[in-house]
Amino acid sequence: MKKLMVVCLLLTAVLGSAWAEETAPPPGADKIVSTLNSGDTAWVIMATALVMMMTPAGLALFYGGMSRYKNLLNTFAMTIASYCIGSVVWVMWGYTLAFGPDKGGIIGGLDNLFMAGIGVNSLSGTIPTIVFALFQMTFAAITVALVLGSIVDRMKFSAWLVFAVLWITLVYCPIAHWVWGNGWMMSMGALDFAGGNVVHINAGVAGLVLALVLGKRIGYGKEAMFPSSISLTALGAALLWFGWFGFNAGSRLAADGVAASAFLVTNTSAAMAGLAWMLAEWIHNKRPTVLGIASGIVAGLVAITPAAGYVNLLGALIIGLVAGVFGFFSVAILKHKIGYDDSLDAFGVHGMCGAWGAVATGLFADPKIMDSARGLFFGNPKQLGIQLLSILATALYTAVATFIVIKVTGLLTGGLRVSREEEIQGLDNAIHGERAFEIS
Amino acid sequence: MKKIEAIIKPFKLDEVKAALNEIGVAGMTVTEAKGFGRQRGHKEIYRGAEYQVDFIPKMKLEIVVVEPMVEAVVKIILEKANTGSIGDGKIFILPVEQAVRIRTGESGKEAL
Repeated sequence: MKKLMVVCLLLTAVLGSAWAEETAPPPGADKIVSTLNSGDTAWVIMATALVMMMTPAGLALFYGGMSRYKNLLNTFAMTIASYCIGSVVWVMWGYTLAFGPDKGGIIGGLDNLFMAGIGVNSLSGTIPTIVFALFQMTFAAITVALVLGSIVDRMKFSAWLVFAVLWITLVYCPIAHWVWGNGWMMSMGALDFAGGNVVHINAGVAGLVLALVLGKRIGYGKEAMFPSSISLTALGAALLWFGWFGFNAGSRLAADGVAASAFLVTNTSAAMAGLAWMLAEWIHNKRPTVLGIASGIVAGLVAITPAAGYVNLLGALIIGLVAGVFGFFSVAILKHKIGYDDSLDAFGVHGMCGAWGAVATGLFADPKIMDSARGLFFGNPKQLGIQLLSILATALYTAVATFIVIKVTGLLTGGLRVSREEEIQGLDNAIHGERAFEIS
Repeated sequence: MKKIEAIIKPFKLDEVKAALNEIGVAGMTVTEAKGFGRQRGHKEIYRGAEYQVDFIPKMKLEIVVVEPMVEAVVKIILEKANTGSIGDGKIFILPVEQAVRIRTGESGKEAL
């Protein structure tokens, strides 16, 4: 305890001294600009395309490579279908629920159903509203796709599709509204730059609930369940990393210095966490695995997500270091002690490291990066409390609402889980009638 | 005629094949095999999930030669496939009743 206090004091001193040198922001820096900026617009269009790639390419490969050879295509199918569903639901009613005119801090009004009232001249800040809506669409799609990491190898495809529609509508949209759409968490001052709460804690907790309701895979803990291809997973992690620059630096919704800083801390945290996970594993299991490096990179990206526009370089190094070790501990030790079957560790990586990132934002937010955001180590202990409250509220709402969505889905699709025969045969063949590989 | 079946480490295949060619072995059949002997398997750990892999990849060579050549072939395999560590494999020698070349119908040692 005493040691911890010393470390905290030290960090406060180091980070605080940086803050003390801070100069006042130029006058008018915070004024709302309501004319279109072509630089900002070009960057956010590009960033949207980068984030799009993360789901049907990055996540599909990352998850597909970790699933068993007989379920690889089913994992691809669920991931790609999630992107399609997210795209369609978002432009029909998702966008307006999340970003329509605020109703009591809880949900957006239905004014923009089917993007009604949004034309080519509508602006959100300095970019067209159409671009803003598209950028946010890619977030909704990847969030629901992240959930499926907890349940590959055993869920009915039809049930997954219905779940995805209901979950985006009833779980993702409200939380996105609370945090980013002038909802109550935004009013409370919760800091979530690019989706620690909205994307990662949300998806991780939902995955855990879904995994617990579905139950373990046949043979879990008894028979070997080899990943089909670590090469695909490593390539997927690289594509996620690449796309994440759009995710985090794009979340600034402008092409400026804060976006550049978000890019810098995103890359740093990912690299640091990749090394940290690898070293933790090397020490603990005597092998530095490729799956470990790939997992660490993703853990570092997850953890920096809520903090990307707020923390400085030193903050990013610490966030990445802790994310790598903590992520390894969550999935390689804690999960096996508790004994739930989170197939590809959506909860272990996204839920746990997302929560760490949200806490870390409350610790390391440096007003020199964005002057409205100040964490504990910069003299604002209140921020940590706000962050903790936002994590708990997100986790609690997600857990309850996801459980309801699962129960409704089960009623609509006549059960959530594939039959025993199908599970043993493999879902690629049983559901899709295809094989991932033709090996002669 | 005898058939020599040798289970060897996959990376030793090229050396063994080259040396057998040199002493005039005219053909062989190679199969990618999996198995275990004293070496047993090994452990693989994926995100903390520990799996025992019992069957290890090996190469199975099948060579049919006339009896006077058996000793030389065995000697070459012993020499070239040996790494000194556990898991180098085994050699089995079996009698062969007959051999027939399908194209010409030749039989016996003419068919080898």
